[in-house]
Amino acid sequence: MDLIWDGIREAFRLIFTGDTEVYEIALLSLTVSAAATGIALVIGLSIASFLAFRAPPGRTVALSFLNSGMALPPVVVGLVVAVMLWRTGPLGQLHLLYTPAAIVIAQAVIATPVVTALSVIALQTLHPKLRLQVLALGASRWQMAWLLFREARLPLIAAAMAGFGAAISEVGASIMVGGNIKGSTRTLTTATVLETSQGEFERAIALSLILLALVYAVILTLTVAQQRGRPS
Amino acid sequence: MTQPKLGLRGVLVERAGRGILTVPELDVLPGEVLAVVGPNGAGKSTLIHVLALLERPPAGEVLLDSRPVRGNLLPYRRRMAVVFQEPLLLDATVESNVGSGLALRGVPRAEREVRVRRWLEWFGIAELARRPARALSGGEAQRVSLARALALEPDVLLLDEPFAALDEPTRQALIDDLDQALGQTGATVVFVTHERAEALRLGDRVAVIIGGRIRQVGPPSQVFAQPADEEVAAFLGVETIVPGRVRSLERGLAVVEVAGCRVEASSAVEAGGEVLVCLRPEDVVLSPAEDHPGPTSARNRLPAVVQRIVNVGPQARVELDAGFPLVALITKQSLEELSLDAGSRVAASFKATAVHLIPRHGR
Repeated sequence: MDLIWDGIREAFRLIFTGDTEVYEIALLSLTVSAAATGIALVIGLSIASFLAFRAPPGRTVALSFLNSGMALPPVVVGLVVAVMLWRTGPLGQLHLLYTPAAIVIAQAVIATPVVTALSVIALQTLHPKLRLQVLALGASRWQMAWLLFREARLPLIAAAMAGFGAAISEVGASIMVGGNIKGSTRTLTTATVLETSQGEFERAIALSLILLALVYAVILTLTVAQQRGRPS
Repeated sequence: MTQPKLGLRGVLVERAGRGILTVPELDVLPGEVLAVVGPNGAGKSTLIHVLALLERPPAGEVLLDSRPVRGNLLPYRRRMAVVFQEPLLLDATVESNVGSGLALRGVPRAEREVRVRRWLEWFGIAELARRPARALSGGEAQRVSLARALALEPDVLLLDEPFAALDEPTRQALIDDLDQALGQTGATVVFVTHERAEALRLGDRVAVIIGGRIRQVGPPSQVFAQPADEEVAAFLGVETIVPGRVRSLERGLAVVEVAGCRVEASSAVEAGGEVLVCLRPEDVVLSPAEDHPGPTSARNRLPAVVQRIVNVGPQARVELDAGFPLVALITKQSLEELSLDAGSRVAASFKATAVHLIPRHGR
């Protein structure tokens, strides 16, 4: 039990004494996962709009792939992205391996199927003729997208939360493509893995608590945005 | 000749190899209300989608001000407004819904508020302005949808069965309000419905669509009195429908002048108003012209000349000229006993309660 209490005490010490290394790690985790979620939203909403509104042939097959994509193992993603970015790989010229950008790419690949699959469902809950009505009201293409996304904001924000959750909680791919380099690509999850493997349980517990607090803060913000204006 | 506001040329829409809309030519004149009436599945909604530029037909063109609509559709769509059977409101307040089309066009807030208020008041829903649109009843929601369309002050207003989902009293009240609103705006209107009474009530002209083809277009009285073919007649129900003017009202009995004849009707209307006089052919009784019966309960007895006799199964449809076209449906036996032929003189009788009057507001 002492181990846990020491961990919690250590967490508060790290947070309130302003340990710069912990702050940097937390900030990197937040920005990398937020960027990955942002990319996943742009790609996911585009694909979801196409699948939900245009109803192309093969939609069910596409959806089945997306739904399986929600269970995409991060280590597989990490392996594929690492191979792609490897010095002699197809994207080796970009020199992105072991940079934060590589983690953003890997997390975006993990989050995109989650965001896309849930967004398709979100947009399918809209009345099928609402799109026509919005067009008939004189909406441009972008205005229509904005209005329809706003109509489906409850489930769409839920999709964003799920995507962010998948990105920030992921560890395998981040280690493989980021390398867990101190002061550069070390995130809360990769740091926790390292500290635990070295028997530094207090620091590991502290990092985990910070991760949980960060996740909660982000999800709370999104939940407030989602529930705003709902009748109680 | 006035230039048509809206038109179709050579439009052909197919689904799964089956033609669901075939319109070689259709013109709607500026400011007129064209009521398109037809059974379910006749292609009415597709017609509205094509006119509203929401569905591009594989063949044919939409004309606006006699010029084909081409290229970017947005500027054209912004001159139109569409009301569907479902209100399809946004998840926002009533006033923000009514102002939504204006906001999309970048109309400044101050002007938007004035127009929103005017149309909320017109449709009697000003007190709902701040209510969430999702909390409205069906009738209220459809009022919001109509206000949203009319607030755009569109050149062209397209209505796709806007009353079909409403109960009868709600529907009648809304039709009255819409009728007057249309008179105010001067918009060119295409109104699609499966209800013949609604088409008669609102249409300056009536088009009958069956099986994806417009079979007949003309003034309501002409279309209903002289259906172009059997299918049109079967759908419309063969009826006498003629314009008249209410001369007087006495204890619920309206005296209507129809082409110089006097017709009595038991119907609630305003004196001096224009009406359409509707009479079902099976309610018309024919007797020899020289026969002078004693007093009967039939309030109307008009001299008439037989124009044409058409066999309809076991019955005969007798088209008469009583100063206005009048149709009677009688049995073959009666036809033989009266020995009727084209040119025969008869007396046509019908009860005041058999006459249905549809008010026509002066538009």
